[in-house]
Amino acid sequence: MCANCGCGETEAVIHSHDPDHDQGHRHEHPADHHHDGLPHSHTHDEKRRVSLEQDILAKNAGFAASNRHLFLELGVFVLNLVSSPGSGKTSLLIRTAQLLRDEFPVAVISGDQQTANDAERIKAAGVPALQINTGKGCHLDAHGIGHALERLPLPKGGVLFIENVGNLVCPADFDLGEAAKVVILSVTEGEDKPLKYPNMFAAAKLMLLNKTDLLPHVDFDVAQCLDNARRVNHQLDILQLSARSGEGLEAWLDWVRQGRHAALAAQIDQLETELAAARAHLIHGGGTIRRSVI
Amino acid sequence: MHEFSLGESIIETITSQARQQGFHHIRRVWLEIGALANVELEALRFAFEAVRENTVAAQAELEIITLPGRAWCLDCAQSVEINQLFDPCPRCGGYQWRLTGGNELRIKEMEVD
Repeated sequence: MCANCGCGETEAVIHSHDPDHDQGHRHEHPADHHHDGLPHSHTHDEKRRVSLEQDILAKNAGFAASNRHLFLELGVFVLNLVSSPGSGKTSLLIRTAQLLRDEFPVAVISGDQQTANDAERIKAAGVPALQINTGKGCHLDAHGIGHALERLPLPKGGVLFIENVGNLVCPADFDLGEAAKVVILSVTEGEDKPLKYPNMFAAAKLMLLNKTDLLPHVDFDVAQCLDNARRVNHQLDILQLSARSGEGLEAWLDWVRQGRHAALAAQIDQLETELAAARAHLIHGGGTIRRSVI
Repeated sequence: MHEFSLGESIIETITSQARQQGFHHIRRVWLEIGALANVELEALRFAFEAVRENTVAAQAELEIITLPGRAWCLDCAQSVEINQLFDPCPRCGGYQWRLTGGNELRIKEMEVD
């Protein structure tokens, strides 16, 4: 059993239930029991109503908070990269990590349903990387990331990129403890993706429009795409780049550098708060020791 | 199909609460789901029925209460109704609004014996 969270797993694996064992039927409510789904009081003496008022994702939120605390303690800026499959996440990550690794430590966690191809590609480029296979799972969750961190040394004072499963729906809801979600859209996709998958674009802090080197060859209305993205999220930062040609990469690197700077500033604040608390204990908690006692 | 993860979380939460409080059966569960939440209700019902098997919630029925999408329009300085995340403010037609409701994924209560 895992000592940290009490789970039965020793590896970061996301469970997937096989729906085949389900009977597949839906219960119809008896006519005398139909209250339009609204809460109502029962007259049956043996039955009781228990109020819960709990977020369905509360457990994931707890693991995400633990991860976030660890990132804060070690001054790591963490980004959760989300996109549909084939947007160029891995190529962009390799290019990004190669350009930044001489400035500060960089590491990557890659999530896919199967294969270790992405992590292998990233490791071959000289960047520490770990693969999480989710099996049938469609997203990474905070619990799996917590376990991955037991096997991948965190880049202290640097940047951890988490490459989520290629999926513009499910990863939107799962906080991993990251500082920000970065949604990557490529110009070979439709400019209406932000409207088709609004939850993801609403959850992201930055959108990267990738593969701009292909713009002369495809029918893609950049202005319309940016307008669609801002309709869903008027606070979204947007950068255009090509991981292949390098065009626009510097602005993205600067965005990462600024985030890393903010993470280090937060770590310093945290350490100063702890230091002040320790000093206060020494002054107010009988910390003065008489020489005669020693 | 992250609704399976949501279904598992619901079952874990309600069965552990029932166990702690000494109840043997969960008969009914009420969820509050925002109209703009990233969840497909049919898939969630399917997942719930698959995951509840062999638990104290095996007979539990799922009641879903839909909460409306609400936003605070920064330009109008008013609360407005939003039906889609890409909707303009129904008063001024702008997009400078912040979601205040409609994103909920909450277990409200359960009926037990």
